[in-house]
Amino acid sequence: MTTQLDDSPGTSSTPDTKVGAIPSFDVTLKIRRYTPETHGDEAYWQEFTVTVHGTDRLLDALHKVKWDLDGSLTFRRSCAHGVCGSDAMRINGRNRLACKTLLKDLNPSKPITVEPIKGLPVIKDLVVDMEPFFASYREIMPFLITTGNEPTKERLQSAAERERFDDTTKCILCAACTSSCPVFWTDGQYFGPAAIVNAHRFIFDSRDEGGTQRLEILNDKEGVWRCRTTFNCTEACPRGIEVTKAIKEVKRAMITRAF
Amino acid sequence: MTTTSTPIPAPRSSGGPTIVPTVSRNRRTTRGNTELYGWLFMRVSGVVLVALIFGHLFVNLVQGEGINAIDFGFVAGKWSSPFWQTWDLLMLWLAMIHGTNGVRTIINDYAERDGTRMVLKLALYTAFVVVVVLGTLVIFTFDPCPANSPADLLPSFCTA
Repeated sequence: MTTQLDDSPGTSSTPDTKVGAIPSFDVTLKIRRYTPETHGDEAYWQEFTVTVHGTDRLLDALHKVKWDLDGSLTFRRSCAHGVCGSDAMRINGRNRLACKTLLKDLNPSKPITVEPIKGLPVIKDLVVDMEPFFASYREIMPFLITTGNEPTKERLQSAAERERFDDTTKCILCAACTSSCPVFWTDGQYFGPAAIVNAHRFIFDSRDEGGTQRLEILNDKEGVWRCRTTFNCTEACPRGIEVTKAIKEVKRAMITRAF
Repeated sequence: MTTTSTPIPAPRSSGGPTIVPTVSRNRRTTRGNTELYGWLFMRVSGVVLVALIFGHLFVNLVQGEGINAIDFGFVAGKWSSPFWQTWDLLMLWLAMIHGTNGVRTIINDYAERDGTRMVLKLALYTAFVVVVVLGTLVIFTFDPCPANSPADLLPSFCTA
C-alpha cells in the first residue's frame, strides 16, 4: 500500500524507512485569518509549516496547527469524515471539505492557501456566518408536504420514483456550492445552488405534494433564473451531486408548468 | 420569510468587539413569470437572430456583386419592399431586446450597490429607447426617391 506513496512527489522518506511506515513531509499552510479581538478589523495571511504524514488530510494539518502551534486558529469541524459538512473551506482557490482533501493531492511543495468560503460574513478565521445560507434553505420548505389523512403504513414509492431525486438527497448542507457561485458572491440575494438542490429533492419526490409551492418560491427574481450555468457548484460539491443539472431540471419543470 | 440580522457576539469576548454580518438577506419576494419569460426569450430570439443576421450578411455582402453593390440605391431598393422592411424591423427589435436584456443581467450580476445598478440600468434603457424608436422611424419613413437628387445615385424605379 505504501510503495506508491513513497514515489509520490513531495515525500521525503529516508532510505532506512521501516516496512509499513508512512512517509512524512513538510507542508506550509497559508491561512487567511481574521481575528478582530487581537489583530484589528483587517484580515491577514499567516503561514504555518507542519510535518505531516502521506495519509493526512488538510484537516489533520489544521489540527496540528491549532493543537501545537497556535491555539487561536479557529475553524469548524465535527465528524471529520465528510458527512457533517462543517469544514467546507476554500483550499487553493477551490471549495473543498478539509476532511476529504488529502495533502499529498494538493502539491505540498508550494504553500497551500486556506480561506473561509466566500460570500458569507466571516466571524473568525475560517468560521463564517451560515445564517443567510440557511435562511434560503428554510425558504424552500425542506420537509414533506402532504394533504389528507396520514396513511396507516409507509408512503410507498417505486424504485424508479426514488431514483428520480436520488442525486439531490446526498446534500450535506456544507455550503461549498453556494459559496462557490459568482452570482451569490455579488450581493448574497440569490437563493443559491444548495437551496435549489434541496427543493429539487422534494419537487421530484412522488410522495410530496408541495412541488407547485416550491416552484413558485424559486420562480423568483433571485431564484433559478439567476443561474448562469458556470458549473462552479457542480465542481465544488464534495458529494458529487450534479448541482447544475438539478437546477436545470427545476427550470424545465417551471417552463412546462407555465406553458 | 424575512430574517433580521443581529450582531453576533464573538465567543468569550463579553464587551469586546462584535461582528456585524456584511451580507444580509433583505430580499422581498419577487415571484412571477417575468424572469422565466426573459430566460426563454433569450434562447428563442438567439436562434431567430442567427438566421436573420446571417441572411442579412449574405444578401448584403455575398450575393450578386457582393459588398461592391452597397450604395444608397441598394439600401433604398431593399427598403422599398415590405419583406426587407419586416426583416430589418424584426432584426432591430430582437437584437435590441436581446442585447438589452443581456446587459441588464450583467448589471444585476456585477453591480453591487443599488445606486450603481439604478444609474447603469437607466442609461441602458435610455439607449434602448433611443435606438429602437429612431431605427423604427427610419425603416418606416424612409424615402427611397428624395426630390432633386442626381438620378444615378437613386434606385432604378425612381422616376422624377
